[in-house]
Amino acid sequence: MPDLLVADLSRWQFALTAMYHFLFVPLTLGLSMMLVIMEGAYVMTGKEVWKKITKFWATLFGINFVLGVATGITMEFQFGTNWAYYSHYVGDIFGAPLAIEGLMAFFLEATMIGLMFFGWDKLSRLAHWMVTALVALGSNLSALWILIANGWMQHPIGSEFNPETMRMEVTNMMEVLFNPVAQAKFVHTVSAGYVTAAAFVLAVSAWYLLKGRHVGLAKRSIMVASSFGVLSAASVIVLGDESGYIDGENQKFKLAAIEAMWETEEAPAAFTLVGLPDREARETHFAVEIPYVLGIIATRSLDGEVLGINDLVAEARLRIINGVAAYDALQRIRANPDNAAAQEAFAATKADLGHGLLLTRYVEDPRLASEEQISAAADDLVPNVALTFWGFRFMVGIGFLYLAIFAAGFYFMNLKRNIPKWFLRGAVLAAPLPWIAAECGWIVAEVGRQPWIIDGVLPTHLGVSSLSVAQVITTMVGFTVIYGILLFIEMKLMLRAIRLGPKGGPVVPMAGGGGISDAIGIAQPAAPRSELFDK
Amino acid sequence: MEIPFDFMTLKVIWWGLVGVLLIGFALTDGYDLGVASLLPFVARKDTERRLVINSIGPMWEGHQVWFILGGGAIFAAWPLVYAVSFSGFYIAMFVVLAALILRPVGFKYRSKLESPAWRSRWDWALFIGGAVPALIFGVAVGNAILGVPFKLDDTMRMTYEGGLVMGFIGLLRPFALIAGLLSVSMLVAHGAGWLVIKLEKGIVRDRAALIGSYAALASFVLFAIGGLLLVFNVDGYRIIGDVNANALPNPLRKDVEIVSGAWLANYWRYPWMMVAPILGLAGSLVAFFGLRRKSALGMAGTAAAITGIILSVGASMFPFILPSSLDPQSSLTVWDSSSSHFTLFFMLVMTVIFVPLILFYTAWVYKVLWGRVTTEEATGADGQHAY
Repeated sequence: MPDLLVADLSRWQFALTAMYHFLFVPLTLGLSMMLVIMEGAYVMTGKEVWKKITKFWATLFGINFVLGVATGITMEFQFGTNWAYYSHYVGDIFGAPLAIEGLMAFFLEATMIGLMFFGWDKLSRLAHWMVTALVALGSNLSALWILIANGWMQHPIGSEFNPETMRMEVTNMMEVLFNPVAQAKFVHTVSAGYVTAAAFVLAVSAWYLLKGRHVGLAKRSIMVASSFGVLSAASVIVLGDESGYIDGENQKFKLAAIEAMWETEEAPAAFTLVGLPDREARETHFAVEIPYVLGIIATRSLDGEVLGINDLVAEARLRIINGVAAYDALQRIRANPDNAAAQEAFAATKADLGHGLLLTRYVEDPRLASEEQISAAADDLVPNVALTFWGFRFMVGIGFLYLAIFAAGFYFMNLKRNIPKWFLRGAVLAAPLPWIAAECGWIVAEVGRQPWIIDGVLPTHLGVSSLSVAQVITTMVGFTVIYGILLFIEMKLMLRAIRLGPKGGPVVPMAGGGGISDAIGIAQPAAPRSELFDK
Repeated sequence: MEIPFDFMTLKVIWWGLVGVLLIGFALTDGYDLGVASLLPFVARKDTERRLVINSIGPMWEGHQVWFILGGGAIFAAWPLVYAVSFSGFYIAMFVVLAALILRPVGFKYRSKLESPAWRSRWDWALFIGGAVPALIFGVAVGNAILGVPFKLDDTMRMTYEGGLVMGFIGLLRPFALIAGLLSVSMLVAHGAGWLVIKLEKGIVRDRAALIGSYAALASFVLFAIGGLLLVFNVDGYRIIGDVNANALPNPLRKDVEIVSGAWLANYWRYPWMMVAPILGLAGSLVAFFGLRRKSALGMAGTAAAITGIILSVGASMFPFILPSSLDPQSSLTVWDSSSSHFTLFFMLVMTVIFVPLILFYTAWVYKVLWGRVTTEEATGADGQHAY
């Protein structure tokens, strides 16, 4: 039985390092795509302005990228260092997408990134653009495989427990790879990254316009950012992650926690806009409700039922009792692998083995659990409702806000051909919000599925390594100090690079002051067509 | 679906593939680690340091993925090995990660400001990011050869001896330290070999060749001492009785004894395996003479030495991967710590598809960046060469 404090500390360390890692990932995902667009404009038109613009944003991309890589290394190895039992228990399934991420995605991205910065003079225009595109492809594929891994933790299909090896083993790899939860997560997460990058480009450009500097670069960048941003924000909202929650068994708790919905309502359920969830009293104070909306969001229908927390707990209690039977059968199989009766009993109950293991928080042997302990374990299945509830609302609120910001930016840039000052100031001030939304998204996804490390299969407290409290505190302090210093340096370099602006003098201003044809610069001189392929 | 290889074959294939990944890591990122370890010694002035950093700048990031992929592959193919080694070497792993974190940042951020103090701090960060992992990787392998104090209970939960302090200090046993120094010297020689090939003629290249030749000599001596210790001093592990190599992986289904000289048994049984240590020794000698003459032969020698040395570790220990000194029965071997039959097969298919692709585009990038780095290029004012 592992130490609960070590498990809590390891969770804190994982949360800190993962949230820190995700300060850099969204910008890498989105900015790499925007570089492809900007450099694409250079390749197609041959105008030097677009090369200069691409190189400027690539400099900022680079400063951000390296910290994403540096902190990603920690993530890859932290499963082994702090979650050793988890690694043993599900490595047969979970290890595969992580390894494929290296094989298919990260190798591509990391090999091409050097050439992206070094290759301007060594490659033709088209070849260099392809290198940039491969970096973007690599980073986005990387997100795909990581989210397939994460999606399986949320919705562990295609696998079953093997009593001989004492772990989960794959039964259908295709189910693991094409997990619907993972697909919803992937589209949602990369779209969030695109929104973040578009917001970043918009904010920096707006700041330049307010200062009257690099106007040519800023206007063209806003053109790209608002068009790309409006599509991304629409995608991040429409293809929300919660669409996948309905598929996962225990994701129902998450969905109910997001809504702070204590009692099951008649379909279609109302959506609680704001309120104060109270776990003790099992009700949400000062709730402002909108009828029908939750039922539609969650089930994409008018007659699908969304279960409330109290009903889910009652349901889970039965699964825990069934899980004790599974645990008992497993012990008998391990004492005598040929015990046919035990095998039959295990086959009938093994889906609930994980629920039985929840009791190990209270007793060494789940078979000895009292009624109160079973009730306590069932109650543990309710995640932190307030955190999940508010995390979700901040995330969604920011998503809608940015949809409006990008739409306004697009309107001002393309139709009005003049951007008002208040909009520019607002764009600068709003800049940190996408990061807050992304972190909130992860809090909802990960806090909302506690107490499971693998939904319905392995409780979080069992996944931890047999470490001492002193060991985990040492590394947690160590990572915090190193990460803190690096974040400070990164911000300093980023702001400095923004202050310096593009290298090699100002960018040609846009002729007409707005519109796509002006941004591309029909009137300006272009490089000879022949340079597209030759170097 | 019918899996075309039996379980035992796949276990052996994956034992070999992880070896290939480790050798790939040591051959590619190994020279980046070596060059970073050499940085303060071969390059004194800022222009010299930029020259050295630019020799590995564009490629090291891709090389590092061999390490990341090694971690992922061990997770996917040998979950118990991943779980026991990374959590058992907890503080050592943290030190390696902390050092490796400094590398991407150091390469990118060093040139962003002109201040000498800023640059000098990043130079030391790069040095730590090169030398510390090189040392700890070797110490970890040395400990794996000696056996690590862990125990598996019947639910496969692993516990270890030694906490915060002893869990780390306990790794620094004499044999493991020799392995650590061997790792540093062979990677430093390898890095010097790269600098001799990649740098313009001049003082930096001369220094690299000189230090590298001594490092190659040190590799030869340390590897020979390590071999002698295996003969006279270090006990090995042996499985008692027959094993069912096709069985479902469960380490507790076997018995293991600690026997003097057991790590040499494979060489008596299969004398052709002697090729590995011979390659390690001969490669080091070739590297020594090659680096003295400042020829590309130096790096050919270090590459052969690294391959030979890593293969020797594998050949000596097979079928053991991570023996336990605390509870020999818990030792992890090729037969009892892999993932399932299907996962091994599936990951093999993935590897067969993607590794050739990786080698192909890596070769293409090498081709584009081919040619010696010159001071003029490395310190060019156009800001193209960002390091």
